[in-house]
Amino acid sequence: MKQIRQPVLFRKFEQIGLAMIDDVILKISNLTKSFGPVQALKGVDFELRKGEIHALAGENGAGKSTLMNIIDGILQPDSGEIYLDGKQVVISSPAVAQKLGIGFVHQEIALCPDVTVAENIFMATTNLSRSFLMNYRALEKKAAEVLGQLGDIDPATLVRDLSISHQQLVEIAKALTLDCRVLILDEPTAALTEKEAQILFKIMRRLAGKGISIIYISHRMVEIFDNCDRVSVFRDGNYITTRNVAEIQPDDVVNAMVGRVIDELYPRKQSESEKTDGIILDVRNLSERTRFKDVTFELRKGEILGIAGLIGAGRSEIVKGICRLEGDVTGEVTLNGRKLSLKTYRDSIAEGIVYLSEDRKGDGIFLDMSIAANVSALKLEQVATPFGLIAGTREEAQAERLGKRLNLKYGSLSDPVSSLSGGNQQKVAIAKMLSVNPKLIFLDEPTRGVDVGAKAEIHRILRNLASSGVGILVISSELPELIGVCDRVLVVREGRISGEVTGAQMTEENIMHLASVGAKATIH
Amino acid sequence: MEDAVSVTDAPNGKPADVSFIRKLLRMRETGLIAIILVLFIVMSFASPYFLTWVNMRAMVMAFAVEGIVVVGMTILLISGGIDLSVGSVTALAMVIAGWLFLNGVDPWVASAISIAACTAIGAFMGFFVTRVGLHHFIVSLAIMVIARGACLLGTGGRPLGLFTLPPEFKFIGQGSIGPIPVVILIFLVVVIGFDFLLRRTTMFRKVFYTGSNEKAAAYSGIRTKRVVFFTTTLCSALCGVAGIIYMARFGSAQPTFGIGMELNVIAAAVIGGASLKGGSGTIFGAILGAVLLSVVSSSLALLDVSVYWQDIIRGSILLTAVSIDHYLVKKRA
Repeated sequence: MKQIRQPVLFRKFEQIGLAMIDDVILKISNLTKSFGPVQALKGVDFELRKGEIHALAGENGAGKSTLMNIIDGILQPDSGEIYLDGKQVVISSPAVAQKLGIGFVHQEIALCPDVTVAENIFMATTNLSRSFLMNYRALEKKAAEVLGQLGDIDPATLVRDLSISHQQLVEIAKALTLDCRVLILDEPTAALTEKEAQILFKIMRRLAGKGISIIYISHRMVEIFDNCDRVSVFRDGNYITTRNVAEIQPDDVVNAMVGRVIDELYPRKQSESEKTDGIILDVRNLSERTRFKDVTFELRKGEILGIAGLIGAGRSEIVKGICRLEGDVTGEVTLNGRKLSLKTYRDSIAEGIVYLSEDRKGDGIFLDMSIAANVSALKLEQVATPFGLIAGTREEAQAERLGKRLNLKYGSLSDPVSSLSGGNQQKVAIAKMLSVNPKLIFLDEPTRGVDVGAKAEIHRILRNLASSGVGILVISSELPELIGVCDRVLVVREGRISGEVTGAQMTEENIMHLASVGAKATIH
Repeated sequence: MEDAVSVTDAPNGKPADVSFIRKLLRMRETGLIAIILVLFIVMSFASPYFLTWVNMRAMVMAFAVEGIVVVGMTILLISGGIDLSVGSVTALAMVIAGWLFLNGVDPWVASAISIAACTAIGAFMGFFVTRVGLHHFIVSLAIMVIARGACLLGTGGRPLGLFTLPPEFKFIGQGSIGPIPVVILIFLVVVIGFDFLLRRTTMFRKVFYTGSNEKAAAYSGIRTKRVVFFTTTLCSALCGVAGIIYMARFGSAQPTFGIGMELNVIAAAVIGGASLKGGSGTIFGAILGAVLLSVVSSSLALLDVSVYWQDIIRGSILLTAVSIDHYLVKKRA
């Protein structure tokens, strides 16, 4: 006990003027967790005080979600201790977490769409209940009480008939009905309207006033600085620091979140002589009903253009809109000086614009089909006779040629793609793009799930393609990747381009600012 | 990493013979042929009638026409669909053509109209699946019941006797060219033809892409709805062809024909390696599946096993074959 409390008392003296409740309700000590070779948590410490709203900040992959999943019993740590109220606990399942008084509102909505709001809210209680029959009237009455404070939702409606933001509120209501001491909210405002978000913040403060501790995960600096007491920052699976929000600036948090040195993993940048005025892609006032608005940018010959932004900001939606994969898009798109009027993605492929999907297994490749068949999927006519017969030798020759160019490692071209490593699978997906001699490639998270070696190779391939005159546009959630690979980065925030960085301005700090806060002037 | 590097040396040279044999052994078809051969050997000792020309011919005739439907079903399964209405639609083809013939229409014209009608039924199902967005299972279940109802309605529930069919029409179902029945020749043409198309043409390659990963196919510019519409329609059209051959063979149109046929046909395709999830399957394998089921039925009949036992054994074979395959696939992954 004493060992645990000591550092907190010590800190209390340090932080004069904030002598509020210093009871530590939850303490995490030296927690580690690995997924295969990936170390998601590398000895993390964390302390949550009674009745505080504690923000967690960090880039994607920093380890926040893993830590929260461990606290909620969804994942088990490899080593380290968790203390609740000073007693060491083992949280072996979400049910145990619930009994301990830990509630978790996930970022993804996990409701049963075909039953009523009331039944969803009391799912856990019903599960624990010993009575044989359901008492629907009591259930709805209790649900109405909880929902009353959140907004106007009828407890008797089916969840699937609710809007996404109302579903999110039901998730929150679900957590509120649990008798919890620790409440984890993972990006709860991502799907909420501004008004609903304000109601949520009010409720959070009221709960905190009652002594409930809240862990609040958000990428939005404004929310953290308006509503939270303290903020802890994570980076690459490490705990970095915990600070009082009142004493710091958003800049400090962003600096703590990033602050990595870029090494030589990345290929050379565009040389001065390669800089041209030639424009490959010119996009003017591109809008989609709900996803993005007035997007205007150009992609010059010889450069690699990056698009940064938080998840859900509209990065993928913009490029998918350009090549007509989804969305109802208006605006002007010009390729190599010619105005395009694309209707379907087929038209886009015919024009030489291709999209490499961020979800390789979901919609990028055909896992159980052969390497050769995967590579030829975009334009089968290329490897077929005029009568529509596939020429096996030509198909294999094409796969072999592109495989060699990308340094693809495989046993036989007739092996299924599922037999390859993640990096080589991605190379097959890229080979598929190259098979049509594209003029412009959109690459969405081109190195997701790819090991370091293959990653560097893919980056070099992109540089070579750009130098040879192919337009390259890269979307990535990994800022070091964007900074290392791209010559220029556009930042998207809430469906609009909030800024552009190039050269020496291309820092993680600047990009994070534009992505989470908006234009620089609005911060101070 | 070390492993991966050493593997790169291979693709430059042609694959070695060893890997070819290994691949042959891994193929579903090889295993099926082995099982069928074992059955043949065992049965030729167990029953003197088994390895006779008459029995062989009867066995092939038993699955040849259904085999045409198996072809359609396999292609549909590869594209990710399923059709429960094949039995009813086959019967409906007989009934439509038979009814038209009895009402004075030339039998060839009647057959053409009947096949066209079955094609239209397939297109109708394809519309509900691709445009309305219903599942194949539900749509074809409804059509199964509707088509059967139409058969009974059109015939009053009794078979239509078509004894007046001209001999040149009956020749399709009953005649032989040399020692080989015409039915078997038609069956071979359909099987070899579609096996070739499925292996070699861009059109049918798109069926594999769509079934393997519909979203990835759409992201490759393939019009997946069109593909599914096509495979659904093709399956019903082949049912129409099968129905006409049955009619020529039996010289009658039976409204209750083909009840339970869908299970046989799906079982054959699945035993032959088609996956209900789509993306895999071959015509050759599916036909071997049909052969296996037919050999088992014939063997059990020759061994005087009760008909009721036969169903139990057929069902067990399906379950065993699919379990083994599932286990092997999981082990490989």
